[in-house]
Amino acid sequence: MSDQTATIAPPARMSPLVRTREIVLSSPLVTVGTIILVLVVLSAIFAAWIVPHDPVRLTPSQRLKPPSETYWLGTDAFGRDLFSRIVYGGQISLVVGVAAAIVAVVAGLMLGLLAGYIRWIDAVLMRMVDGLMAIPSILLAIAIVSLWGASLWTVLVAITIPEVPRVVRLVRSLVLSAREEPYVEAAIAAGSPTFLIMRRHLVPNTVAPLIIQGTYICASAILTEAILSFLGAGINPETPSWGNIMAEGRIYFQINPGIVLWPGLVVSVVILSINLLGDAVRDALDPRMAKRGLER
Amino acid sequence: MVGYIVQRILAAIPVMGFVALFVFLLLRLTPGDPAAILAGDTATPEQLEAIRESLGLNDPIFTQFFRWVGQLLQGDFGTSILSGKPVIELIGDRMEPTISLALTTIILSVTIAVPLGVIAAWKQGTLIDRFVMLLSVLGFSVPVFVIGYLMISLFSMELKWFPVQGFRPIGDGVGDFLHRIALPTFTLTLLYIALIARITRTSMLEILGDDYVRTARAKGLPESRVLMRHALRNCSVPIITVIGIGFALIISGVVVTESVFNLPGLGRLTVDAVLSRDYPVIQAVILLASLIYVVINLLIDIAYVLLDPRIRYA
Repeated sequence: MSDQTATIAPPARMSPLVRTREIVLSSPLVTVGTIILVLVVLSAIFAAWIVPHDPVRLTPSQRLKPPSETYWLGTDAFGRDLFSRIVYGGQISLVVGVAAAIVAVVAGLMLGLLAGYIRWIDAVLMRMVDGLMAIPSILLAIAIVSLWGASLWTVLVAITIPEVPRVVRLVRSLVLSAREEPYVEAAIAAGSPTFLIMRRHLVPNTVAPLIIQGTYICASAILTEAILSFLGAGINPETPSWGNIMAEGRIYFQINPGIVLWPGLVVSVVILSINLLGDAVRDALDPRMAKRGLER
Repeated sequence: MVGYIVQRILAAIPVMGFVALFVFLLLRLTPGDPAAILAGDTATPEQLEAIRESLGLNDPIFTQFFRWVGQLLQGDFGTSILSGKPVIELIGDRMEPTISLALTTIILSVTIAVPLGVIAAWKQGTLIDRFVMLLSVLGFSVPVFVIGYLMISLFSMELKWFPVQGFRPIGDGVGDFLHRIALPTFTLTLLYIALIARITRTSMLEILGDDYVRTARAKGLPESRVLMRHALRNCSVPIITVIGIGFALIISGVVVTESVFNLPGLGRLTVDAVLSRDYPVIQAVILLASLIYVVINLLIDIAYVLLDPRIRYA
């Protein structure tokens, strides 16, 4: 029986691996971006083996040195090696980006399913979403960090909360249109339990848009973390993160602009690569959305 | 028409109500004594007691919320911990730089981004289009303070065209005002162009595929007239919408830009408040920013009807 269906099914379905290769090779910019991302992720994971110097050891005699053979990108105001700090800084940024994307997508998916399917929850939840979206996300994050104190955990919550309403809206609209489909109506008429309808018919419709949205959230979370740290509302300044390094470099900008500009370059290139990859995934998974380009 | 406007205003009230509830609960749900958080680390027991008294922390939480909203409606936003001044006064003093920066940015970026978006859509798939799209992805990716510091190092430190930091009120002379606000405006404009150019391009693309555009071309109208009279006019609604959406972005951008260029505006006030954990100030800035956001979106909803007769006020 299963053999028979296999022969009937169109052979055009690509394996995930082929699909990934196709997305990565879709344009030279995306290819370069992906290579950069892979390098940054690997260097963050294996930071301890890569860095030439201890990122937190203070060497006052070597402060604010220009780039040299010992210190590839120079040193900061405490004589710490800038290159080593940037490599370690990737750990925080990537953890924040990935965690925020996963948490926001999962929370938004659950709330969006409820809102799209159950009327009275929709009415209440959408007012809350409107309210949350009226608060500028940086200000909201700043408020949370200033109340709860700066820690990786707080920063993560502060960055994730403003992202959730956007996911809720997206999932809700997908569910609302999927609900009208005959196969969902048939399932309702046949008496399938709500949970089963959601899992079998509604959730699969949200997967592609959520993957795309997830990459954008990852990029925006890394950006927000950098901004929060830069404003002094981020994680503990002793921990090297890209935002923290730049925040510390601010007062020495006229002496050694590299302390601000090198991490700035890295964070920009990483976010740019994630956004380009997100666009490529969108073009591949959802041609209709790509044509309209209205996802932000 | 009046009925429609009243209806939109009524719809905005629960949104603001939720913003207020959220800001209220944020403080109450923070572990620890809200009075101690509001009073700061150096408060004496008497000060703590006074704050507890004024917040009415022993009352039921609903009573507390509605009393607090009542105070807000009367313009009482509390007192700053850091300076001891009423928050509303502090905000009033800091409005000018922020409003100046927001307005110069919106004017400049709309002037640049709308033509860019139109050209990109008109020349879809060409090098110009690719360049505009890349520019817009860049705008979403480069942190605004990185742009700011690049501007400073290029235009202030190398070329010495503009001062590094500072602000002059417009009342002290327009030339000096523009000279000092130029770099912050350019910085923020790069971010905002990204958003507006992208949406303009997308809406133009949709409209350029419509029948009436083909008709206009077929009857031999010059291309400029087709673009301006037939296409762009019908784009006004999405473009106006994105200016509204972008307003939230601009508020966040202003906070950062002001702190890079040391402008004494609301953003600078907020950042100083964060560093000293001056929650009443942060709370007031959030409420104000959200109110402005809601009001602007309300005005945009009304503008729809005026701009596009196809939209009925139903």
